[in-house]
Amino acid sequence: MKRRDFVQYAGLGAGALMMPSLLLGNDIPTEALLEPGMDVLIKKNMADVALNTAKSLGATYADARIGRYLNQYVFTREDKVQNVVNTESFGIGIRVIANGTWGFASTNSVTADGIKKATEQAVAIAKANSKIQKDPVKLAPVNAYGEVSWKTPIKKNFKEVPVSEKVDLLLTANAAALDNGADYVNSALFMVNEQKYFASTDGSYIDQDIHRLWPTFRVTAIDKAKGNFKTRENMSAPVGMGYEYMDGLESEKLEGPAGLRLYRNSYDMVEDATIAAKQAKEKLTAKSVDAGKYDLVLEPNHLGLTIHESVGHPLELDRVLGYEANYAGTSFASLDKLKSGNFQYGSDVVNLVADKTQVGSLGAVGYDDEGVKTKKWDLVRNGVLTNFQAIRDQVHMIDQNESHGCCYAQSWDDVQFQRMPNVSLEPGKEKYSISEMIKDVEKGIYIAGRGSYSIDQQRYNFQFGGTVFYEIKDGEIVGMLEDVAYQSNTQEFWNSCVKICDESDYRLFGTFFDGKGQPSQSSAVSHGSSTARFNDVNVINTGRTI
Amino acid sequence: MAIYTKEEARKILEKALSFSKADTCEINLSGYNSGNIRYARNTVSTSGFSSNQSLAVQSSFGKKSGTATIDEFDDASLEKVVRRAEELANLSPENPEFMEPLGPQMYDESISFSEATANITPEYRAEVASSSIIPADAKDVTAAGFLNDSAGFSAMINSKGLFAYNQSTDVDFTVTMRTNDGTGSGWVSRDFNDVTKFDADEAAKTAIDKAVLSREAKAIEPGKYTVILEPAASSDLLRNMFRSLDARSADEGRSFMSGKDGANKLGEKIVDERVNIWSDPLNPEVPTATWNGEGQPLKKTTWLENGAVKNLAYDRFWAKEKGVDPVPFPTNVIMAGGDASLEDLIKSTKKGILVTRLWYIRSVDPQTLLYTGLTRDGTFYIENGKIKYPVKNFRFNESPIIMLNNLETLGKQVRINGNLIPYMKVRDFTFTSLSDAV
Repeated sequence: MKRRDFVQYAGLGAGALMMPSLLLGNDIPTEALLEPGMDVLIKKNMADVALNTAKSLGATYADARIGRYLNQYVFTREDKVQNVVNTESFGIGIRVIANGTWGFASTNSVTADGIKKATEQAVAIAKANSKIQKDPVKLAPVNAYGEVSWKTPIKKNFKEVPVSEKVDLLLTANAAALDNGADYVNSALFMVNEQKYFASTDGSYIDQDIHRLWPTFRVTAIDKAKGNFKTRENMSAPVGMGYEYMDGLESEKLEGPAGLRLYRNSYDMVEDATIAAKQAKEKLTAKSVDAGKYDLVLEPNHLGLTIHESVGHPLELDRVLGYEANYAGTSFASLDKLKSGNFQYGSDVVNLVADKTQVGSLGAVGYDDEGVKTKKWDLVRNGVLTNFQAIRDQVHMIDQNESHGCCYAQSWDDVQFQRMPNVSLEPGKEKYSISEMIKDVEKGIYIAGRGSYSIDQQRYNFQFGGTVFYEIKDGEIVGMLEDVAYQSNTQEFWNSCVKICDESDYRLFGTFFDGKGQPSQSSAVSHGSSTARFNDVNVINTGRTI
Repeated sequence: MAIYTKEEARKILEKALSFSKADTCEINLSGYNSGNIRYARNTVSTSGFSSNQSLAVQSSFGKKSGTATIDEFDDASLEKVVRRAEELANLSPENPEFMEPLGPQMYDESISFSEATANITPEYRAEVASSSIIPADAKDVTAAGFLNDSAGFSAMINSKGLFAYNQSTDVDFTVTMRTNDGTGSGWVSRDFNDVTKFDADEAAKTAIDKAVLSREAKAIEPGKYTVILEPAASSDLLRNMFRSLDARSADEGRSFMSGKDGANKLGEKIVDERVNIWSDPLNPEVPTATWNGEGQPLKKTTWLENGAVKNLAYDRFWAKEKGVDPVPFPTNVIMAGGDASLEDLIKSTKKGILVTRLWYIRSVDPQTLLYTGLTRDGTFYIENGKIKYPVKNFRFNESPIIMLNNLETLGKQVRINGNLIPYMKVRDFTFTSLSDAV
């Protein structure tokens, strides 16, 4: 899903978007979501038009991605349906190497003629740019997989669930929030199906069918007399699953501290909205935090964002090498630190893995967007930095000869490049629960859910908020806190990690909108962890009077 | 793809509208060509070209609406897309906030299109990249940059007799220059409707000079400092402030613009009285279209006058609820400046920090508009009217409201991201920690 789609359809653009966005995809009737799309044999023929045209024009490599992106969004507020949107976007993107230089062009005219023209454009761009190319593209070898396919293992296809059922669920959750003291509630369901066909001159024809889903809400409580408001957002995660995620299975629920409910692979939206309304009201009168050093107990749906920013991004090889210097930035995790073999990224309990195969995650696919079979690999083992994330045209720069399979483009009309795989913290090996962890803390704060987040362009200094905060005193939760944010430095923070709960607490955080590149592209990615403890972290008070 | 002329667009739209059987029908037609080049490590990396066009029909029966879109414009396709929108409308739930399309409107002629920008070629983009890479190489600096250009048109028609058309072009350029010892970084951003105003050599030189000047930065204590904010630094904070101009959120009690006991801050003085902010689609430096996606005419509108809230944005539904005239959201932001150049502002500063830009800005508290983020690509310590040395980057936690209350001096205006923003000197800007990032 492109972030622009989200902003537009969520009404957040608020009239500021002048040009009706053409990249959103075409609005279509619900039943059209179930139409099968272009036959795979025709896709193969169309892709071959691109590959053959590119070769005849002198390209040494070419790939073609025919994409059909089907999205359904449902938006509600209080007792109203604001919008039900079905979109379809269909087209082809062609990437070539000519004179050692990349070129890319795309078209929504998926005909032999349209594809030929776009391919000519891609080759012309490559040739124009080759005049200033100093570093010809070198691709790591990849297997020719022939004709293969992969599908997200889903149990319920969102396209087969009636819109009325989705609307009912959202309106029931909204009513639960309003009944429990919320003044306003906005809720939404985002459902995504990427049908991607990839072909390259290396001999692969890969057909993939990928599903993602994201239920979300925001509850607002208002103190009218004082003119104050507080919000509490959902504790769900976006997932690489079908509509079965919305079943709210009791077996997938965890009891959190202070009446919190936490969700593994199944989400109870009505229950979460009920708790959210009570917590939003409680926030209006919660104690403002005393700034200082605290031991932090970080819940997975919170810690996932910290992992994303302080581990996922700095270990992207293109950032390390400077390819993203003009936008997202570079990285403190330099090539030297990897080569030394002893850079202590975190304490010895910290093991961080990259994984493009994890079931239920947003990043899971069979093959990446340049036809590399996906896998799992170590980034940090026993606290020591062991690898980066790299794709075909860069992995040789760290003396490796196999792509890690994490190349992605948000749509057929965007060029693919290195994107973050799921990056996760392995659970602790000893049996250890959240309640045991809290019991062991003298002066601390338990933080659940995502909040404000900001980190510098080399990924040293960061500041994170959260959804809810609870003060821990002498092993007990003593009450809710507000105005909490913690500031730290990546290496210092991960070296202050002293304990991680066991795998029974392991859950996935996720985001649909990891932004990177120019023009900027969004990518969906998950981060798993169990609740973890970080000692002596600097907490600031963010309360202000205006 | 062709950028349709007004008459070509009108012909397609009128044909599509002729197929409508709904109570009301509104049709948008638009298209663009867009090209870009990216470079890094002093060489080209990726680049591309995309082109698209689309026609969207919204048909309504009573308060039930449906939208359908198509990218082929022959008669059969146009009829098909209109029928599909009507089918969808019949299946949709009623929208209690539905507003009928507007009747005919008068629009100003926009000045947002430049032929030169529409004619940019891959060769031109490669030359722009070269004009960064060659001087960078010569100064032991590494360039990473991005140039994006687009040309597009947008048109709409409805069953109440409204017709609107606009063409626009944009070119956006940024480059980051990093010294090869890894201790200095400089950056510039330039954007125009008309590419002939763009001087790629000047932009590259500014970024290189800043990179070299920012080498081996010293650490100084975080705290409250007088700052000179370049327009690139302040504009992002101001843009965030503008999101809270929505009257509905303010009236509902969930915005910075909400007052006590259910009121909003319309008419209230919220910042220094020298702050005047307006929007104007016909400003020759930052022109935009003269109508928005709903067909509302866009005119010069004042948002903050002498530090007080002059207008909040009312969409058509909320305006009706409140019994006021609709006020469309702005498409650009213009903040009044002064005569002082950057050099003048530095000269008049006893002790302060010069900030090139702010980065990774995120909301911390929507109630107070508190934001956090970091300085980046050139932060300098000023003493007795002179830049003394580069300093390490800071994290800030600050609200644009506090910033505009602590205003010392306004300098000259500069175009940044389609807005006109002045240099600003501000006292007591809150830096909360240091960053090692270069």
